[in-house]
Amino acid sequence: MIPSIPQPRFLTIAYTGYVVVFFFFLALPLMVVAVFAFNDSQFPSLPWEGFTWNWFFGSERPMIGVFHERPILRAIGTSAFVAVFVSVLSVGVGLSNAFLFNRYRFPGQNLLYVFMLLPLVIPGIVLGISILVFSSRMANGIWDMAEWDIEALRPGLVLVILGQFSFIATIATLVIGARLQKFDRTLEEAALNLGANRLTAVRTVTLPYLMPAVVGAFVVAFLMSFENFNTTLMLVGSDAPLTIAMFDRLKEGSTPLLNAVSLLLMIGSSCLALLMIAFQRRS
Amino acid sequence: MTADLECLNLTKRFGQMTAVDNVSFQVPRGSFFSILGPSGCGKTTIMRMIAGFVEPTKGDIKIRGRSVIDTPPNKRPVNMVFQHLALFPMMNVADNIGYGLRRAGMAKAQIATRVDAALQRIGLAGTGQRKIDELSGGQKQRVAIARCMVLEPDVLLLDEPLGALDLKLREHMKVELKSLQAAFDTTFVYITHDQSEALVMSDRIAVMNDGRFEQVGSGQDLYYRPRTAFVAGFVGDTNRWTGRIERVDGDELEMRTDSGMLMRGAVHGRPLSAGDRADVFVRPEAIRIAQSAEELAHFDNRISGRVTSTLFNGAASRILVQDSAGKEEIEVNLPQSGEFASLRRGSEIHIGWSGAQGNCFAAGQS
Amino acid sequence: MRTQAKLGLFLLLTPLLLWLSLLIFIPHIDMFVVSLRERIGVAEYRISPANYLTFINEPLYLRTFLRTAVMSIIATIITLLIAFPVSYYIAKIARGRARSALFLLCLVPFWVSELVRTFGWMILLRETGLISNLLQFSGLADAPVEMLYNDAAIMIGLVYTSMLFMVVPLVTTLESLPDDVIEAGYDLGGSGIAVLREIVIPHAMPGIVSGSIIVFMLSLGNYLTPTILGGKDSLWFTELIYSQFIVRFNWELGAAFGFLLLGLSSAIVWGMLKLTGQSLEKTMG
Repeated sequence: MIPSIPQPRFLTIAYTGYVVVFFFFLALPLMVVAVFAFNDSQFPSLPWEGFTWNWFFGSERPMIGVFHERPILRAIGTSAFVAVFVSVLSVGVGLSNAFLFNRYRFPGQNLLYVFMLLPLVIPGIVLGISILVFSSRMANGIWDMAEWDIEALRPGLVLVILGQFSFIATIATLVIGARLQKFDRTLEEAALNLGANRLTAVRTVTLPYLMPAVVGAFVVAFLMSFENFNTTLMLVGSDAPLTIAMFDRLKEGSTPLLNAVSLLLMIGSSCLALLMIAFQRRS
Repeated sequence: MTADLECLNLTKRFGQMTAVDNVSFQVPRGSFFSILGPSGCGKTTIMRMIAGFVEPTKGDIKIRGRSVIDTPPNKRPVNMVFQHLALFPMMNVADNIGYGLRRAGMAKAQIATRVDAALQRIGLAGTGQRKIDELSGGQKQRVAIARCMVLEPDVLLLDEPLGALDLKLREHMKVELKSLQAAFDTTFVYITHDQSEALVMSDRIAVMNDGRFEQVGSGQDLYYRPRTAFVAGFVGDTNRWTGRIERVDGDELEMRTDSGMLMRGAVHGRPLSAGDRADVFVRPEAIRIAQSAEELAHFDNRISGRVTSTLFNGAASRILVQDSAGKEEIEVNLPQSGEFASLRRGSEIHIGWSGAQGNCFAAGQS
Repeated sequence: MRTQAKLGLFLLLTPLLLWLSLLIFIPHIDMFVVSLRERIGVAEYRISPANYLTFINEPLYLRTFLRTAVMSIIATIITLLIAFPVSYYIAKIARGRARSALFLLCLVPFWVSELVRTFGWMILLRETGLISNLLQFSGLADAPVEMLYNDAAIMIGLVYTSMLFMVVPLVTTLESLPDDVIEAGYDLGGSGIAVLREIVIPHAMPGIVSGSIIVFMLSLGNYLTPTILGGKDSLWFTELIYSQFIVRFNWELGAAFGFLLLGLSSAIVWGMLKLTGQSLEKTMG
């Protein structure tokens, strides 16, 4: 049960074995995707035809590598663009919410907190279609009234950003709120005692303390936005983020190009996450 | 009659570090045995070995004559009151106390009766349905003990259970634990770093330091007849000086402290000779105060000096006296019977004590 | 100072209220309103429950709905059973460096998109894939084995993709169980099973419920994995929603489907919370 309680030996071995098998199966699909990015063949499957870098750097048909495939590169850019906006918005609102629930007492607070948690229990696709329906109706209504076509309310990047933001903001609030909860208020009181006003005390004492959580929330928001599919699917217009673009390609038939993109995604996300962990450990 | 608990040559090594070094002791049936020592001396390790959570590197543990070294902790006739009590937060008071009985397969009705009886005994009748976090510190303490006692163990281990309680409650619990032990006639093995707990409750105490038992005996043995410098310094308060022995004459000896004072002490059978460096320990209550030097004429050691501070603490009041050479500050008990009520900072005073009260040990032992 | 505090409160409330009302409440109310419309002519609508009646009367829709719900529940249970021993190992048995390393290892698959994860299983399971080749190579099969495009493949994909969301809450709650409470459970005579039943699992309940809610919801509302790994016989309800919106432009029916999905999801979440005596703040907040 815990190391201080003796267990029969075979039980310990079987248990450890189970955990090892678990992690093997956890890594298996990813390893497979990564390995076949280097297969010199038109299909990401056996037989293995040899090692090649072409799916990354190749520039001639039939093996155009990732770095020469314009639509894919554009999709990556779109995803990054969307992710930055979503993260900034989510962290901003999350910070405001965290302070609201931590520092103030007002009637209906508990109910409001439950409402804030609701986006987590709404299926992503429903979030998407609800925003789609509402914005389209608004756009149609405004067109009927004033002949004014608001691009932003039609399926497109603005709606994608808002759709992803609608639930990622909750996650950001929880991450930052958890850290704010642990903050020792007497530090702020000490700052006031030494001459700072309330706002300065928050800026110079509380915010630095929250930094690891803010960075963490930003990275989590970025990753969640980048890889989001269900909500984005319903709100996407002509500029496709990476997940949608890859999905379209997959339906046409998979080539190791997708493996190459996936491997880049794996490396990119891992680097970002490791950076965040290193940052948190340092502070 | 077989002892309830017997440890033979118990040793525990963690890598290069020896936590428990060849410890052996016996605890007779129905007695209250304490292991007293500073943090990190190894007493918790011994307790966890007896309970079965740590495997000894060497040695044997016998309960009522049977070796339990190969028995897992849930099958040993030993129960433990943990330092932070470890009450089950997801159960109420009654379920906590009845837990062990459920494990033993007792019938529900029977468990309910036993639990009610236990609650009655610890003075918490009718509180069975309460949640654990609704209880006060003292109440949680009693529930933790009752939880073990319903199982009628051969030996009950207690790991510094009074640490989290405030002073008044702690004093009260000491008396309660002692009477609980007598009422249930169970063997208690109690570990603590607080000597007052050990002295008040125990039949026998083992003073432990650095993995070894320095001395095992009754409270009086340890207090009046310490066998090592560590015990002399650890049990009770004491003044302590280091110096060089100048002369040894039978049981008496004369030494000069590093600060220059000449002092008389007692050998008490230890191998000390002239020229040795030694520590001498004198208890504050062994030193007499007098307004005039003649009243102390019959004492071997006499010092005249000034009072540097008075520390009022009710019956345990003390004064600090500095000798006329200005080198040493000596802590002396201040009787509260009224004749010394006029003493202030700077008052002149005479103190004295007999050489037999000065316990002497070879230097470098503690 | 009072007015300053009130101003601060007002400023902090604004983003929250704007977000919740404009992006959550009003859109969902609007979706409900749309679902109650029936098209009776060009740009002419009337209020009627026609869409919901279509749902009930058309066997395909109802059947897919129930299938999706049941399979999501099964996926949640399987994920819980697989994740619990691993979470316990990480929280209680691994120590120090090993514990953080193992926890990190669990997170790695989730730093990549669900698309990549599902793609990986596609490569493994299809008839030209790795496992099929392995079976042929070892002589256990004579011809390429197609393991994709059925319910089992969807189940594998769903369980794999949800694993993190079960492990994290479990590890967090299990870590908060003090070691000496488990030791006390043993000391008073408990066996491993008794300690598990009376101490560990009740303590881990908030984590179990939290993980189960998230996993169930993710599975129910998942479009990607069932589409890629499932076949014509393994339709998932989200695919129906998608086709109504994007392919058939029947937004009214799509909205009705969406609302039904939301209703089912909320009902099961609420039921799970009530059944285990938890609350939303305790498990997710």
